[in-house]
Amino acid sequence: MATDPMKQFEITEKAELFQIAGHSITFSNSALWMIVSGILIVGFFALTLRGKLIPGRLQSMGELSYQFIADMIRDTTGPEAMKFLPFVFTLFFFILAANLIGMNPYAFTTTSHLAVTVALAVMTIGIVIIAGIVKNGLSWFKIFAPSGLPFIMYFIIIPIEVISFIARPITLAVRLFANMVAGHVMLKLFAIFAAFLVTKGGAFIGAAILPILGVMGIAALEFLVAALQAFVFAILTCIYLNDVYHVHH
Amino acid sequence: MEAEAAKYIGAGIAGLALLGAGLGIGNIFSNYLSGALRNPSAADGQRTNLLLGFALCEATGLFGFVLAMIILFV
Repeated sequence: MATDPMKQFEITEKAELFQIAGHSITFSNSALWMIVSGILIVGFFALTLRGKLIPGRLQSMGELSYQFIADMIRDTTGPEAMKFLPFVFTLFFFILAANLIGMNPYAFTTTSHLAVTVALAVMTIGIVIIAGIVKNGLSWFKIFAPSGLPFIMYFIIIPIEVISFIARPITLAVRLFANMVAGHVMLKLFAIFAAFLVTKGGAFIGAAILPILGVMGIAALEFLVAALQAFVFAILTCIYLNDVYHVHH
Repeated sequence: MEAEAAKYIGAGIAGLALLGAGLGIGNIFSNYLSGALRNPSAADGQRTNLLLGFALCEATGLFGFVLAMIILFV
């Protein structure tokens, strides 16, 4: 019986690939489940997007998921941001697939590692900065100094805006990571408690129904959170992409 | 006081961040519900903002949880 709720986040080596300057590059279980989620996404869209004129059930599933992201970008950022659709689309479905796969027994949640979420968040903010500078030139830095303020206020406003911009990738990464870790730890704790009560025997076996009910409730909540966090990550990406197009606010 | 005991007390205090998150989530849903009952036709359009507010609010509480985990396990 596993008694450590943190053991499920352990990285195990599947195979060592090669070495770079003494550091071994290994194929871990995290990489394995990332590939699984990638295959699932590609498989889902290969199956559903058949391009028939009158969509069947499967095809409308694929079309609805495309429509969902397209509407999100159009409503939040504006139609001129539609060239970022592939990025937001990939981000949303990768996080969604990774979160949902992590809910299966014996599977590994790739998004429960800060290294993965930080990579996603830094990539998002990097794209915002690069696209902003490419589109607006150096006048993009005006987002840190909103116009129409008394001159003296800029000494206060600019540091605040810079700090809030730097906090974005941090909060983006930690939000996803913390939600995944907290949910999985809670599931495991309730499951361990139920198993502990059963091993005690006697009247305790009857009492084990309470933590089992708790585990069921938390599992339902976790499925909601898994979808919600993917949605929040995508919509916050859209909100941050606003800074590329609407510099003068 | 032993350092080990202080560690556990600190982790417990860091978990108090979830108090604020609970208050915030309750506030968001109660205000959404009261607004939706006053003007049901506008409720559907605000569901995105509702979920966004819920997730942003929950995350601030979970930062406290992460802090507790860092104190306990790192």
